[in-house]
This record gives sequence, structure tokens and C-alpha cells, in this order.
Amino acid sequence: MNLHEYQARDILRRHGILVPEGEVVTTAAAARAAAERLGGSVVVKAQVHAGGRGKAGGVKLAKDPAEAEAVAGRILGMQIKGLTVHKVLVTPAADIRSESYLGIIVDRVSQRPVLMASAAGGIDIEEVAAKTPEKIHRLAVDPRYGLLAHQALALGFTLYPEVTQARAAAAVMQKLYSAVYDVGASLVEINPLVTTPEGKVVALDAKIVVDDNELERRHDIAALRDTTAEAPSEVQAREAGLTFIKLDGTVGCCVNGAGLAMATMDLVKYYGGDPANFLDIGGSSNPQKVVSALQIITADESVRAILFNIFGGITRCDDVANGIVQATGQVPLTVPIVIRLTGTNEQEAVRILTKAGFSALTDMDEAVKQAVAAAKGVAA
Amino acid sequence: MSIFASKSTRLLVQGITGRDGSFHARQMLEYGTSVVAGVTPGKGGQTFEGKVPVFNTVAEAVRATKANASVIYVPAPFAASAIFEAADARLPLVVCITEGVPVLDMTKVIPFVREQGARLIGPNCPGLISPGQSKVGIIPGNICKPGAIGVVSRSGTLTYEIIHQLSTQGYGQSTCVGIGGDPILGTNFIDCLAAFEADPDTVAVVLIGEIGGSDEQMAAEFVKANMQKPVVGFIAGQTAPPGRRMGHAGAIISGAGGTAVEKMQALERAGISVMKRPADVVPLLRERGVQSPSKGARC
Repeated sequence: MNLHEYQARDILRRHGILVPEGEVVTTAAAARAAAERLGGSVVVKAQVHAGGRGKAGGVKLAKDPAEAEAVAGRILGMQIKGLTVHKVLVTPAADIRSESYLGIIVDRVSQRPVLMASAAGGIDIEEVAAKTPEKIHRLAVDPRYGLLAHQALALGFTLYPEVTQARAAAAVMQKLYSAVYDVGASLVEINPLVTTPEGKVVALDAKIVVDDNELERRHDIAALRDTTAEAPSEVQAREAGLTFIKLDGTVGCCVNGAGLAMATMDLVKYYGGDPANFLDIGGSSNPQKVVSALQIITADESVRAILFNIFGGITRCDDVANGIVQATGQVPLTVPIVIRLTGTNEQEAVRILTKAGFSALTDMDEAVKQAVAAAKGVAA
Repeated sequence: MSIFASKSTRLLVQGITGRDGSFHARQMLEYGTSVVAGVTPGKGGQTFEGKVPVFNTVAEAVRATKANASVIYVPAPFAASAIFEAADARLPLVVCITEGVPVLDMTKVIPFVREQGARLIGPNCPGLISPGQSKVGIIPGNICKPGAIGVVSRSGTLTYEIIHQLSTQGYGQSTCVGIGGDPILGTNFIDCLAAFEADPDTVAVVLIGEIGGSDEQMAAEFVKANMQKPVVGFIAGQTAPPGRRMGHAGAIISGAGGTAVEKMQALERAGISVMKRPADVVPLLRERGVQSPSKGARC
């Protein structure tokens, strides 16, 4: 789950990292009022779950409250990478001496949290990572001991030659490391970490991605989810216990298991079609999930055919068949459906489907071919 | 023979009285796995299905039954603790089926498991099966067939699809291992490939990977440098968009290296035959000279 910048800033502040003040507002008039309280000259920043906000025009400097109102008016409602901006953060314009980057990710190769630090921070950090990776210093932290003081200080010196600032940066790193385990983050970033003319080390921007698997035990963090910042179909799917990702094609896919779902999408492409979505109904046996899945797929107007691909293991084919019958009984389908079921309780599933007037296949390739043909409006 | 699980596996089930644990313990018993103990704190002294003794702790269960492997079905918030307990009891094989284990928990589990010398498989995996010998986990026994193909995969149902292709066309399996779909795993492709290479009863290996990370690329390098046996590979997620988590926590294309195309090229460069679709598995095995038993070879 992505957090907004303002939420990530609050978390850093709670962990003792210096963060400039700021206010989150949803109207241009409120942005003006916030700018007045913050001393006039401010930065207005779109709060949206997309990278490259600055380059998309979602971050603007305003020299006075009137300009803050004007730029907030332009940013609110703006689309950035398909997401609408509903909130902006208004924060005092800072006088910056240098821009560094700090990040912690959970690294799959070392199987540890890896701290990354670079003196070449700022909006081009991705380019730095790609072209001059030697400018990013990395340290795999042993979670049994945490980030040790001397390790943090050594990285601090890669950012600032002067010991007071190197120590301040090291302290930020240790606080950032505790934040990772406190909130259950899979990624935290401060970019840029800046020094002020008074020599303070301050986090000017913050990004936190929380591991979805942590949310069940961290209700305070789960409550930070902003569903207005996500695609409505994906919110609906998550609430139904499904994993759904909207794509651009015409073949709506409903599959059990993530790997098989991806392989099914790939096979749709192989036979000349385009998948309309990724949808994994998971490993459980629950007809209601199938009903929700069909509702989500049929709500997509670009879907021309629906393909079910179920390999029964824990998932029972008869439960899926019952779900299909139940869902289509409530809302009749307007597009063709192709159903492939094999594995646990396959015979029973075929009986249920046949009785309701559906036909069922057992071969994956054959089912995908038929679904692709149906989406193109031709017989297979 | 087989890898990791065999006739001599004496299995302990953590969470045996839970909904998933009891269902799958029954399935494993039916398959013929020697399930010797169950553990559910507070239910020690009970008996499961009239024959499997239940204990309060793993250590007690191991002392009483000489169990040498554990399979874990406890809910995600308690899974890390269950793995710690199994490794602490010096079980050499720990298989964690549980899905949704927080990845930061795994950063703490892994060093402990390694220190104790245990092999952890998973989490978020279907487990493993050595057909005709032992089933540890949830892979449906009826789709498998004893034979000489080793299968290693990051997926669940996609693995079943490929096992199904193999079995129905006469290619049995020595062992099928689902290593799991999470970013941090106890056992990776290379561990399994090395074990299959060393297993005298495995003649060829099928590797099923997916987008995200670089495990498949590292596996490819291992195959090139260390394997004599033919390997056939598949990568799921050719149509997946970058930056989105495709169900499995590990299946996300972030930056270079994680795409299906890059992985397929890496496999090909290492001399692995790459399937375009699951149905290609048997034709490619034949192309690599691996015969089904009806054609004479031991499979």
C-alpha cells in the first residue's frame, strides 16, 4: 500500500526526523490560507500515488499566498499518470544547500533491508541509479543487530564531509531504519534530504510503501489508505478478497492463482488476443468471490468475452461453477463466456454448468483460443 | 529417489487442528505420507483422525515421535513464530504453506533458520511432493505420477497445470517443489537445481519462473556452469505491466531485469529450452532427448 507524502512525513516526524511544517488542503482557497499561515512563499505539491510528480507539473513554487491559490487551483483536479489529484500539500519554500538521497528497501537477494545513500539526490535519482550506480552507497543491514552506529556514520560521511552533518545524517538513517520495522514498510525514501543554511539536516520529501501483508496487524497504518487515490475497480476487488489489475484488452480473465493468471494472460496474447485484466480469485472455495469477480469483469465496457481458467486444488471447481451460475442468474451476461475447469470436483462442476446451459472445457489452450475468437466476434 | 521428501520423511503438522491444517493433514494421510505428529498449543494430548498424536509444542512432538520434517498451516501473523519454533527444535526440513507472511518477519527468520541448519521451503508455497513416496503441502496428489522429471516453481496452480501436462503424456516426476511466490524465500531455484542434478533418479528438470527479481537469471547461470541434465523453462508474466504487483508479492517488475523477456533470454543463453506456453513442456523435453517410459527410458 502506498502512503501519501504528507502521511509519510508524519511518520518520519514521529520518529524524530526533522520535516518542514506543512498543511494538506483540498481547495485553492484553503491553499491560500495555508500559505498565509506558513509565511507566504510556499511549495504546492500534488498528493497522488505516482512518481515523477514534479516533471508532470504537480509540484510548483508560489512566491505569495495569491500565487499559491492560483497554482493549487491548477494542480487540484489535474491527472498524473491516470490518477486525479484530490489533495495538495502546502509547505514553506526551503532554502537548500545540498540535496541527498536516502532509501531503505527489503532486498530479495541479500534477504535483508538494504540502506542506500547518495550525495546525488533530487529529481534525477533514477537516472543516477541507472547511469552512475557507483554514486549510490549500499549497505545490507543485519536485522539481528539493526543499523549499527558506525555503519550509519560511515554512510553519513559519504553525504557530508563535515562531522556534525555526517552525524546528523547518520541519526536520520537510524531513525529511518526503525521506521521501516515500526510501520511494516517494504520501501522508505527521503529524496531529497537537504541541509539548511543553519546546517540542519531536513527531510524535504518522503515516500513510504507498506507491505500489504502487514496491514492485518497494523490497524493505524491500514487506516491511512486513501481509496479515492486508487482505481474504483481495484478497491472493489480488494474488498471482495480478489487481486485485480485493469489492463487495456478485451478478454476478461478470471483465474485461480497468480502464476496461472499470468500464464493465462500470456496465452491470450499468444493466440492473438489481449487480456482486459489480471484477476486472481485466490485459493479459497467461495462462490461469492466468483460472483464479485464476474461483477468486476462485466463492469468493464471494453470486455468482449470472458474467460474462466480454474485448476482445482484447494479451489473446488464445483464452487466456481456455482458462483458462475449464481452471478449470471442475478445479472445476465451480455458477452460470451468460455469456461475451463479441471481438477478437484471437476465432474460435479461440469454437471452444474451443463444444467444451467453453459459448456465447460478441460483444455487450457482450447479455452483460450475460443475466448480470443469470441472477443473478436468470430466462431472459434 | 527424490529430493527433500521421501519415504523416510516423518512429518509433523503445525496447525493440525485448524481449518486448512486439518483438511490438508487428511489429504496427506490419504496420499500415504507418514504424518507422525501434530502441534496446536492448548490441544496437546488430543488425537487427530484417531491416529496422529497432537502436542502443545514442536520440541515435545519431536522428542516423542522422532519427526524429521514440519509443514506449517498457521495463520500469517503467527507463521514466523512457527518457523522459529520448528527450526529451534532442529527439524532439518520446514515447509511453510502460509500465504501473506510479512516480508520483514522473514528478514529475521532467515538468519535463524540458516544458523540452525534447517532447510526452509516457502513461505507462500504449495510445498512439495515426491510422487508415490511423500506429499508435504497442498499439491494435489492425483495429478502427479512417479517418474524422473524434477519440477521447481515459484507458482501454485501454474505448477499443477504443468505437472498435469507431464503426467497425462507419460512423464512422471521425481519431486515437484513449489518454492513460493514471496520476495524472501527459504529455498531458491539454485538449491533445487543442485539437488536435482545430484539426484540419481532425476533425468531432467522443469523450471517455472515468473516476472520480478532476478532469481531466474541466477538460476540460468547456475545451470550453465553446473548442470549436465537438460532443463526446460517457463516464465509467466509476459503481458504484465511494470510496477504492479501481480498477486504474488514477488511478482512485480521494478527497474531492469525483472521482465519476462529478459528472463527468457537469460534462460536461452544458458542452454535452457524455453516454453512459449505450458503445453510446450513435453515437446521440448522430447526435443532434449528425454523419453517417456513407453519409449524405453526410465521416466
